[in-house]
Amino acid sequence: MTVTELVSYEDALATYDPVMGLEVHVELGTKTKMFCGCSTALGAEPNTQTCPTCLGLPGSLPVVNATGVESAIKIGLALNCEIAEWCRFARKNYFYPDMPKNFQTSQYDEPIAFNGYLDVDVDGEVFRVEIERAHMEEDTGKSTHVGGATGRIHGAQHSLLDYNRAGIPLIEIVTKPIVGAGEKAPEVAKAYVTELRELIKSLGVSDARMEMGQMRCDVNLSLRPQGADKFGTRSETKNVNSLRSVERAVRFEVQRHAAVLNDGGTIIQETRHFHEEDGSTTSGRVKEEAEDYRYFPEPDLVPVAPARTWVEELRGGLPELPRVRRNRLREDWGLSRHEMQSVLNAGAIDLITATMDEGAPADQARKWWMGELARRANEDGVELAELPITPAQVARVCALVKEGSLNDKLARQTIEGVLAGEGGPDEVVAERGLKVVSDEGALGTAVDEAIAANAAIADKIRGGKVAAAGALVGAVMKATRGQADAARVRELILEKLGVEG
Amino acid sequence: MTDLTRLTAAEIAARIASGEVTAVEVTEAHLARIEAVDEKVHAFLHVDREGALAQARAVDAKRERGAELGPLAGVPLALKDIFTTKGIPTTVGSKILDGWIPPYDATVTQRLRAADVIVLGKTNMDEFAMGSSTENSAFGPTGNPWDLTRVPGGSGGGSSASLASFQAPLAIGTDTGGSIRQPAAVTGTVGVKPTYGGVSRYGMVAFSSSLDQGGPCARTVLDAALLHEVIAGHDPMDSTSIDEPVPAVVEAARSGSVRGMRIGVVKEFAGEGYQAGVMQRFSETVELLRELGAEVEEISCPSFDKALAAYYLIAPSECSSNLARFDAMRYGLRVGDDGTKSAEDVTALTRAEGFGAEVKRRIMLGTYALSSGYYDAYYGSAQKVRTLIKRDFEKAFEQVDVLISPTTPTTAFPIGERADDPMAMYLADLCTIPTNLAGNAAMSLPCGLAPEDGLPVGLQIIAPAMADDRLYKVGAAVEAALIDKWGHPLIEEAPSL
Repeated sequence: MTVTELVSYEDALATYDPVMGLEVHVELGTKTKMFCGCSTALGAEPNTQTCPTCLGLPGSLPVVNATGVESAIKIGLALNCEIAEWCRFARKNYFYPDMPKNFQTSQYDEPIAFNGYLDVDVDGEVFRVEIERAHMEEDTGKSTHVGGATGRIHGAQHSLLDYNRAGIPLIEIVTKPIVGAGEKAPEVAKAYVTELRELIKSLGVSDARMEMGQMRCDVNLSLRPQGADKFGTRSETKNVNSLRSVERAVRFEVQRHAAVLNDGGTIIQETRHFHEEDGSTTSGRVKEEAEDYRYFPEPDLVPVAPARTWVEELRGGLPELPRVRRNRLREDWGLSRHEMQSVLNAGAIDLITATMDEGAPADQARKWWMGELARRANEDGVELAELPITPAQVARVCALVKEGSLNDKLARQTIEGVLAGEGGPDEVVAERGLKVVSDEGALGTAVDEAIAANAAIADKIRGGKVAAAGALVGAVMKATRGQADAARVRELILEKLGVEG
Repeated sequence: MTDLTRLTAAEIAARIASGEVTAVEVTEAHLARIEAVDEKVHAFLHVDREGALAQARAVDAKRERGAELGPLAGVPLALKDIFTTKGIPTTVGSKILDGWIPPYDATVTQRLRAADVIVLGKTNMDEFAMGSSTENSAFGPTGNPWDLTRVPGGSGGGSSASLASFQAPLAIGTDTGGSIRQPAAVTGTVGVKPTYGGVSRYGMVAFSSSLDQGGPCARTVLDAALLHEVIAGHDPMDSTSIDEPVPAVVEAARSGSVRGMRIGVVKEFAGEGYQAGVMQRFSETVELLRELGAEVEEISCPSFDKALAAYYLIAPSECSSNLARFDAMRYGLRVGDDGTKSAEDVTALTRAEGFGAEVKRRIMLGTYALSSGYYDAYYGSAQKVRTLIKRDFEKAFEQVDVLISPTTPTTAFPIGERADDPMAMYLADLCTIPTNLAGNAAMSLPCGLAPEDGLPVGLQIIAPAMADDRLYKVGAAVEAALIDKWGHPLIEEAPSL
C-alpha cells in the first residue's frame, strides 16, 4: 500500500465538495430476538442464549418479533418516513462463519420505512439530512479471531464463535447522499449520528450505546470537484463506533481522497477500517465488483402489513422528539444555540433536567454538569452519565449552597468527596467538616484581625476605594480556611470601616 | 392368527383400543417384518427399535389405566428422514449431516408422539428431497416392492416402499414437486399433499420453502385422513402455517361420494410421454366417476406446460439459499480440518464431499438464477408463471369441484434408467408440480395396474386450497368402487417378498 501524504483539510475543501452517506445500525432493546424467543440480554456466557432458529439448525424456521416491527415503525415515524403498507423480508446471501444460515434475514427493496428526514443543528444552523430508508434485519454472531496479528480472520490460528448476538433485531437507517455540507461535513456527520442516538433513546426502543455496539456507523464518503454534478467514487469506512470517530473518519477520508485525486489517482470503491488510535483509515477488502448478495423475498416469513390505524396510533404515541424538546429547554434555560449544542454534545441534557426535577434551579444544575463535572468526566475519559454522582446528589449540593451552608468552594469539595466515593453530599459535608463559618463572633474577630494587619488597605477603603475590599476578604477567607461566606465577610468589612457597599 | 402387518391403521387402532392386541405386539410384528424384508427393500435408514417399543409399552400402559386413546394410538409409522427427531439421527438422505443428532423434534414429530403413533424409524429419500426415484440418496437406492429392480418413486421412496411392503401401515412424506404423490402412484399406495400451510414445516429440513409441504401416506384413504388430522393444524412456530380449522378430512373419508360433483379432467396432462397403460387406467377411472354420478368435463389449464420450467427455477433458487447453512461450522460433516486450512477451505471441501451431484446441480442452478442481472429473467419470470398457474386453478375451480389427472406419466421405471438423464427424471413430476406452485391440495391413489407391465397407476385428485376434504370425499368413493370391482384392495396384489 502506498502511503499518500494527506492534503490539509482546508486545501481539500478548496478544491473538492464532499458527499456523504451514513448507514447506522441500531440494536433494538427488545427482550427477545427478532425471529425466535431467545433472550437478548448482554453479558451471558457464550452460546447460552441460542435455539434451533438462531443457530440456523436444519428444519428451524423464523417467526417475526412483533415488538421489533413496532420499534421499526416508531423509528420510521420519528424520522418523518412513510411506513410501508405491505413489505417483505428478504434473504441476503453470503457466507461467513458467524452467520448461522449463511444468509441474513433483512429487507431489500421493500423497507418498512422510507423517504424521511432528520433535522440536525450545526453551529446554530439547521441542516436537513434526508433519510433513504430504515429497514429491519437480524444481527450476526460474534467472531473472535485468535492468533493473528490484526484480530481479523486472515492470519488467525482459530476463531471462536458466539451466537448469542445472532438474531438480535437491528434497524439499519440509511441516509440519502448528504450534499451541501461543505467544510462542515465532519460536524454534520457527527451531529446527525448524535441526533439519531438521542432520537432512538427518546423512543425507548434502544439504549443506543455506541461503546456497547448497540449503535454502529458506516461512513461512506466521496469527493467531487467543486461545481461538479457527478458524484465521485466512494469509500466505505466500517464500524466507526463513537461520535468523535464519525467526525474524525469523515475528516480523514476527505483529506485522503483529496490527496489521491490531486496526485491524479483514482479512488477505488472499497471497504476501509477506522483506527481509533490515530483517526486514520486503512484499506479492507477491495470490492472488485459489487458483491452479489442474491437477494430474494424470504419465503419462510409472511409479509408485514401494518394496519394504518395501528401506525397512526403509534404516531400519536410518539414522545416529544429530542430536537423539539431541546429547543423548548433552550428557551426555558435562556441559552444560545451554541451553548445548547455544547450541552447536547456533553450528553448533559437529561442529567440537567433530572437535577432540576430534584429541585435545583436550571442555571445551577447546568453550571455543575457543564463545569466541574464535565471537566472531571473529560479527565477520566468517561461519559458524563457514568460519573459516580446522581442528579439528586447534585441537586442536594445546590440546595446546600442556596441555604448558605456551603459556598462555591466548599460545594466543589463536597462534589469531589461524592465522586471519591465518600458518600452523599450530607455525609461528605459532615465527614470533611465543610461548613460555612457563619458564627458572627468568630467572623467578626477574623475581620478585625484582617483590618489590623492591613491598615494601609483599610485606609484606602475608608477613603472610598471600595474595590480594595477584595484583598481583605481574601485575607479573611484564608484565615478561615475558606469556610466563611465571602459575601457576608465583605459586608462586615465595609460595615466596620463605615463605608457604604 | 392375523398378520398384524396386513391390517389398515384404522383396524390396528380399533384392535388396540378394544384390547384384542397390544401396541407392543403390533410394534413387534412390524419390527419383525422390517427385519425380514428391509434388507431387500431398503426403505429405512434408521430403525428405532428401542424407542418404538418404549412408546408402544407406554400406549399399552395408558390403555390399562383406562386413559382415552387417540384414533391412531399404537399404530406404527415410518417417518421420512427429513423431519428432525430429538436424539435420533436425521440425515435428509445426505452425507453432509453425518453424525448430527437433532436436539429438537419437528412439530410433525411432536404431534405424532402426542397422538401415541409409534415411530418405527426414518425412511430413505432422495438427498434433500431432490429427485423422483430415491436413487439420489447418499445411502443407496430403495427398491419398489412391486418389482425390486424398479424405483419406488421419489423423493419419498422409503416411505412409499415401507407401506407397499407392509413394513408400516402409515408413513409421513414431504411434497415439494410431487415427492408424496409420485411415490404413492408407483407403489399402489395413497399419498396426500395438503394445502400449503396445512401441516407445519417446523423441523422439516427445507428444500424449497415456498413449495415444501409435509403430508400423510397410507394404504387406504381413511388411514391417510386419520393421519392427516393428527399432523395438520396451525403451528405458531411456522409463520406460513394457516391459522384456520383443519378441513374435516376424516369425516369426508368416511362418507366418500361423487354424486352430483363436478370433476374436471386436466386437458394438458395427456399425449406424448404418457404411457398407454397409464392413460387406459385413467380413462377407465373417468368412466367410473361418471357411473358414480359425477359430472366430468375437460378443463384446460394452459399455463401448466410452463410449470416444470418455473419449478426448476424457484426450487433451486430457494434451495441454493436454504442449503447454504451446511458449512461444516456447527454440525454434520467437516472435511479438511487439519489445522492448515482456512475456514473457507473447510467449508468448500465439506460441501464438495458432502453433497451429491443432483444437490450440487440445483445449488448451481439456483445460485445462477438469483444472480444480479439474471434475477428478473429467471426467478422473476418463474414467479410470474406461478401467478398464471394460480389463475388457471382459480378459473378451473369456478367450473369444477376437483380436477383429476394421472399422477405421473409412467409407471415405476427401472433403477438406473433415468439416473444420468435429469430431464427425463424431472418429467416424472410433470402432473404434480402445478399444485405445489399454486399451494393447493392434491392426492394420489391407486386406480389399477398398467396392462403392459403390471405396475400400479396413480390417479391424482386436485382440490382448491383448504378444501383438502374434497380429496378424501372423492378418493374414498373411487377406492370403494374399485375394491368392489376387483373384489379386494389393489395393494393385496403386491408381491409378498
